[in-house]
Amino acid sequence: MIRFTKVTKRYPGTNDALSEVSFHMAPGEMAFLTGHSGAGKSTLLKLIALLEHATRGQVIINGQNLAKVPRRRIPYVRRDIGIIFQDHRLLYDRTVFDNVALPLIIEGFPEREIGRRVRAALDKVDLLRREKAYPVTLSGGEQQRVGIARAIVTKPPLLLADEPTGNLDPELSAEIMALFEQFNGVGVTVLVASHDLDLISRMGRRMLTLKDGRLVGDTGAGAAA
Amino acid sequence: MNQEANDRLLLRERARPADSRLATRLRTWLLRHAQVFFGSLGRLARTPVSTLMTAAVIGIALALPTGLHLLLQNLQQLSGGWEGAAQISLFLREDTSEGEAEALLAQIRKLPEVAGAEYISREAALAEFQRLSGFGEALAALDENPLPAVIVVSPGLLHASPAATEALLGRLRALPAVDLAQLDMQWIQRLYAIMAIVERTVAVLGLLLALGVILVVGNTIRLAIQNRRDEIVIIKLIGGTDAFIRRPFLYSGFWYGLLGGILGLVLVGAAVIALDGPITELAGLYQSSFSLQGPDAATVGLLLGGGILLGLAGSWLAVGRHLRAIEPR
Ligand SMILES: Nc1ncnc2c1ncn2[C@@H]1O[C@H](COP(=O)(O)OP(=O)(O)O)[C@@H](O)[C@H]1O
Ligand SMILES: [Mg+2]
Repeated sequence: MIRFTKVTKRYPGTNDALSEVSFHMAPGEMAFLTGHSGAGKSTLLKLIALLEHATRGQVIINGQNLAKVPRRRIPYVRRDIGIIFQDHRLLYDRTVFDNVALPLIIEGFPEREIGRRVRAALDKVDLLRREKAYPVTLSGGEQQRVGIARAIVTKPPLLLADEPTGNLDPELSAEIMALFEQFNGVGVTVLVASHDLDLISRMGRRMLTLKDGRLVGDTGAGAAA
Repeated sequence: MNQEANDRLLLRERARPADSRLATRLRTWLLRHAQVFFGSLGRLARTPVSTLMTAAVIGIALALPTGLHLLLQNLQQLSGGWEGAAQISLFLREDTSEGEAEALLAQIRKLPEVAGAEYISREAALAEFQRLSGFGEALAALDENPLPAVIVVSPGLLHASPAATEALLGRLRALPAVDLAQLDMQWIQRLYAIMAIVERTVAVLGLLLALGVILVVGNTIRLAIQNRRDEIVIIKLIGGTDAFIRRPFLYSGFWYGLLGGILGLVLVGAAVIALDGPITELAGLYQSSFSLQGPDAATVGLLLGGGILLGLAGSWLAVGRHLRAIEPR
């Protein structure tokens, strides 16, 4: 599902944010990406979502070499990836419902199907009561859950999350992780960047560790405790 | 909500809209377009002052060439009371009888190119000459009236292009009873030169103002794109195509163009109403029943359609230039 081969990413005027990173994640796998702040976790996720391009090396997602995806095909690649952002990235002039419905509208789902799916996704993150609310009236944790509902509403085959529990209390964090595991349980590949080592180690999943842009640790596939 | 039903819905194989029936997909597509179409109007309505200002700029820019075009149309249709200014004088042979002259007059009046014709008998000509020239005494001394009878022909302005008038002159000159045919072309030529200049001016002005409209709409849409930068980024992040992102801005351009066209029409209409009174009065002084014609259906269509096209062009330009620059990070 995800294959990195000697991937280096250099932002203009800086040292390499990632250097010579190679790893492979099989479809249906779940892994955590960890490392200190500035280690390159977000950069790695951005390469997968085509938000950045590798300076060198090859990124293959779902059998597609991302370097060969033409500009106009990028939206279709992104539709197969549910992304949960650290800063939520919600539309603040639209209701919770409309935010979660957006990926479905973009893909052209019929109206009735949209209502059912959005409510199911909101129910999953326990926000069904707030569907008419605007994001500003929600707490940081609630906004994060809206972002999660938006990422899962189309059930994409790949789910990426960048520090999804950064704003959540331990109890909620555990719930969100359980949610990811549930999706992983039905075949969704899940990659979660987090520096919350406590939480990650409790999950007992594969762990990729970055340090200054280098992959310094990989507990390997099937490392579940 | 039923937990299990939810899970089944969310966790089963990924559903794609392509799986639904064609009719459903078509209905969804139409619904989305209608939503964005009226949504972009609603967005404009939420900032009525700035929307109206933009529409007013477009309206004024469209009203100017339209108004001038209308003026030209009116000028060209003007034939009721001014044709006396361009006249062909037919001096008849001396041996033409009154009866023949009357018959000729009737024949000339029937010509489609002719707006009117007047017969001046030899006696009438003499009387007028005596009155105007002050040679009354000298003429009275002659035993015979030296003046020929004259038919004064006024070409209709619709057929009054210099070439058409020249042709008319040739036909009249060929009439057997006509000794000499004389045309005062200067007035017509001047009028036509002026109309050609005005026409050219309208075209150039129209072109410049059309460019202005495109730039105004383009700039307005550019600002709208900048204001909605975050939204564009997010939509790109979750897989929105360029076409999807473009759509609301193109529809905004459509609305700006249409609103501008309507305002332009109102301005032209107001100008016609304001000018109609004085012009009717002026025409009355010339014994003409001329009254100002408002814009016809073709002009209205051109104004509204042109406004819409220019609005679309402006937004297309802005969207093409600025959407690409906004990429998520
Ligand atoms: N857009 C950017 N331009 C320049 N440098 C960047 C950019 N994004 C990240 N970096 C740098 O790349 C390195 C890795 O950053 P990041 O991937 O955000 O790390 P992490 O998510 O692990 O905290 C950091 O040194 C950061 O300063
Ligand atoms: Mg980060």
